[in-house]
Amino acid sequence: MTSHSQTSHSGHDGHERHYVIIWAQLVVLLLVSVFGPMVATHYGWHWLLLATAFGVAVVKAYMVAKNFMHLDVEKPIIHYIMAIGVALMVLMYGALAADVQKESGQNWKKSAGFHHSFTTSKPAEHGGHAKGAAGTEGTTEHEQH
Amino acid sequence: MSTKTIATQRASMGMPTGRLAVWWLLMSEIVIFGGVLVSYIMHRLAHPEWAEQAAYTNTWLGATNTLVLLTSSLCAVLAHAAAEKGNGPKASRLLWLTILGGLTFLIIKSFEWTHEIQEGFTIQAGGFWSYYYTAAGVHAFHVIAGMCVMVWVAMSAAKNQDLHRVENVGIYWHFVDLVWIFLFPLLYIAK
Amino acid sequence: MTHHAHAESHGAGHAAHAEQNWFLKYFWSTDHKIIAMQYMFTGMLMAMIGGFMAYVFRMQIAYPGMNVPFFGHVSPDAYNSLITNHGSIMIFWVAMPVLIAGFGNYLIPLMCGCDDMVFPRLNRLSYQIFLLSAIILIWSLFVPGGGFGGAWTAYPPLSSTAKYNLTPMGSSMWVLAVALEFAAFLMGGINFIVTAMNARAPGMKAYDVPMVVWMIVVASLLFMASVGPLIAGAVMLLMDQNLGTGFYNPDRGGDPILWQHLFWFFGHPEVYVVLLPAMGIVAEIMTVFARKKMFAYKTVIYTVIATGVLSFFVWAHHQFVAGIDPRMANVFTVTTVLISIPIAEMCFLYIATLYGGSIKFTTPMLWALAFMAEFLVGGVTGIYLGASGADIFFHDTYFVVAHFHYTFYPIAIIGTIAGLTFWFPKMFGRYMNETWGKIHFWGTIIPFNFIFIPMFWLGMSGEHRRIYDYTNFPDLAVPWMQQLRIVSTVSLVIMLLFQFPFLWNFIYSMFKGKKAPANPWNANTLEWTTPSPPPHGNWPADDMPTVYRGPYEYASPGRDTDYWPQNERA
Repeated sequence: MTSHSQTSHSGHDGHERHYVIIWAQLVVLLLVSVFGPMVATHYGWHWLLLATAFGVAVVKAYMVAKNFMHLDVEKPIIHYIMAIGVALMVLMYGALAADVQKESGQNWKKSAGFHHSFTTSKPAEHGGHAKGAAGTEGTTEHEQH
Repeated sequence: MSTKTIATQRASMGMPTGRLAVWWLLMSEIVIFGGVLVSYIMHRLAHPEWAEQAAYTNTWLGATNTLVLLTSSLCAVLAHAAAEKGNGPKASRLLWLTILGGLTFLIIKSFEWTHEIQEGFTIQAGGFWSYYYTAAGVHAFHVIAGMCVMVWVAMSAAKNQDLHRVENVGIYWHFVDLVWIFLFPLLYIAK
Repeated sequence: MTHHAHAESHGAGHAAHAEQNWFLKYFWSTDHKIIAMQYMFTGMLMAMIGGFMAYVFRMQIAYPGMNVPFFGHVSPDAYNSLITNHGSIMIFWVAMPVLIAGFGNYLIPLMCGCDDMVFPRLNRLSYQIFLLSAIILIWSLFVPGGGFGGAWTAYPPLSSTAKYNLTPMGSSMWVLAVALEFAAFLMGGINFIVTAMNARAPGMKAYDVPMVVWMIVVASLLFMASVGPLIAGAVMLLMDQNLGTGFYNPDRGGDPILWQHLFWFFGHPEVYVVLLPAMGIVAEIMTVFARKKMFAYKTVIYTVIATGVLSFFVWAHHQFVAGIDPRMANVFTVTTVLISIPIAEMCFLYIATLYGGSIKFTTPMLWALAFMAEFLVGGVTGIYLGASGADIFFHDTYFVVAHFHYTFYPIAIIGTIAGLTFWFPKMFGRYMNETWGKIHFWGTIIPFNFIFIPMFWLGMSGEHRRIYDYTNFPDLAVPWMQQLRIVSTVSLVIMLLFQFPFLWNFIYSMFKGKKAPANPWNANTLEWTTPSPPPHGNWPADDMPTVYRGPYEYASPGRDTDYWPQNERA
């Protein structure tokens, strides 16, 4: 058992109060992330939506990792271990996006993937390797139309 | 029964073995969740029209669940503080509260899913819904796993045994919370 | 195996060890040595199954439509299932359990001077889940529709759509078995890494750790960091198969290339996951039988780490013809060619270790040298495949198959047998028969080359790798090509037959071999300082080893003996 006496607050009761304060801050941030996007959508401010939805999530994650998981007083090696995981995700996105985010090629086009009654547009014409791949799942869509 | 080996009690790195193992576990969890989330993000960016499907998720239930998980995380970290003071019974009570939080989370989730499935938004209803159920399902699986381990830790902590485990299971629980912090905007807010 | 009851050091739970019954001792044990044996024997059993599969489908290729002895007629479905499961078994149920889990479990605690793994019960659970996964895989061969036949890479839509693969149960069970196997190795990996990081003997610094432990730890790290996306991908594939989602279906907004990326994001580091332990085993054997210090110990470690880092940047070279973005193909060609630099450097450092040594050609040393020679062939042919231009021609031909087997055979078979023969005296307290060992060595290595060298020629002549019966393709059924296929198949049969002397030697020596002392090879590392076989707890609890120097102090000047055990006080 290790004690995290290095944290900013000294004394055990101080610890508990510190945790409750962090929790309260997290709840406030939660409210920001719920109402911020509503305001943003209302006025059409795209930047505010991104900042309140994802910016706040990053801040919240940082606060949980620092204060609850005590990542700030962990040994550097733990930071490196976590960094490996995060870096691999960045690498994965960087390398895969070029392929996976591509919607169409020479002889193929991806469908939007709607199979519900609110579908507004018909799926795109299939061709190439996409052809005939709609199995039983395709029937759902036809029933709805 | 205790099977403590000499190896378990060593600390060449200067930190407890259990905690080091939990961090390694979390590293492997980051890439597991990362695999789902990166796939989802790429598909969302490729399909702006999925926002129409996402518009049907219930932000309020998602936000409530975030609050529930944040509160359960608070209980877990308070349990850790109690365990550090050597107060096993208090740590145990707080861990049971954490488990209760996890249970509340799952109950809200099941109501939410039941409602959505009744509306016709099944896992087959569209690409967004497939990812929605998969990502939240993998997360819920981790919540359940964490709760099971926590029951075990809480029972031994009540008897003042293995108090170091309170911190380890707490770190895992905070991670599960942290994943939800990202899932919430990805699945509920981005519309 | 003698069991000392170290009750005082292990708490109440271990007090019962003196009178364990047979089941508790061999199936429910938390002792890392028993678990290592469980992994190794399961792996060897699976290797026999995988080898038998290779025999059956090679017979079909050489003599199409024949009634294969011990199997019968090979239907196209059975052929697909056999090649798929041969690949899966040999990689996931032979190479990984034996090299990482088997040797890792056996060597890490012994070489780090511990009494056991840091989480013995997690270790036991890891093996049990692994055993379950193996049972599910074998079971999947006998369900309606037969075993999965979509190749071990399981590309959708073939793997995701029952309409195409015609094995609705087999394919789901295959994915499930692989997923369970990964869960088992995640637990094992955490155990290996934490044991080596946190439970080293007093005095053992990072650069006093034997090479094989370093390599198994880096390999476990690679596995844990790379397998996540594939676990996520496997969940999505299971849902595509059973819940009607469309993650990999472009008609539903999904992407089949995504699976290939997720698979190879794991799949290529996986090559180094199994390569590194084999390289480590070879390093131990070479230093002992060359009686020489490891050449550039630290450089080898840095090279291993560089290989590990680079191995995450090369995966898309498996997908050059899959329709990936050509810009990415450029990047991945460069990284793929780059990774041959650290691997080549490692090979040179090993050869430099041999230079000027007093080499003893014992059986383990022969296997270690053969590993270097054969692996070099695999590595050099890999450069052609790594270049995207050449790969467009070579892709999915037997050239790839030959290249792949020239890398994996040295790893999974040669490396394993090298390690088994080297640590056999430690594991069972008895020597293996040297003469039979050498007969087995030559009887394996020579046919091995005759199996796969013809495949390079066949591949360059355009022989596609996924064809059931070449007589349907007049261009590929010309006599000289068919004769080469027969050469391959006959060599395979010879090689498989030569494994029986090994099996006999192994089992006979286990019970009746010449008794071996604690340190039969005059080696330095800690596992040789305890009796053979090591007792439960490895060392007396009050006399655990302390380390004073690095693992490769052979032929140090000014000493009577040419070795200097790590735990010997200066």
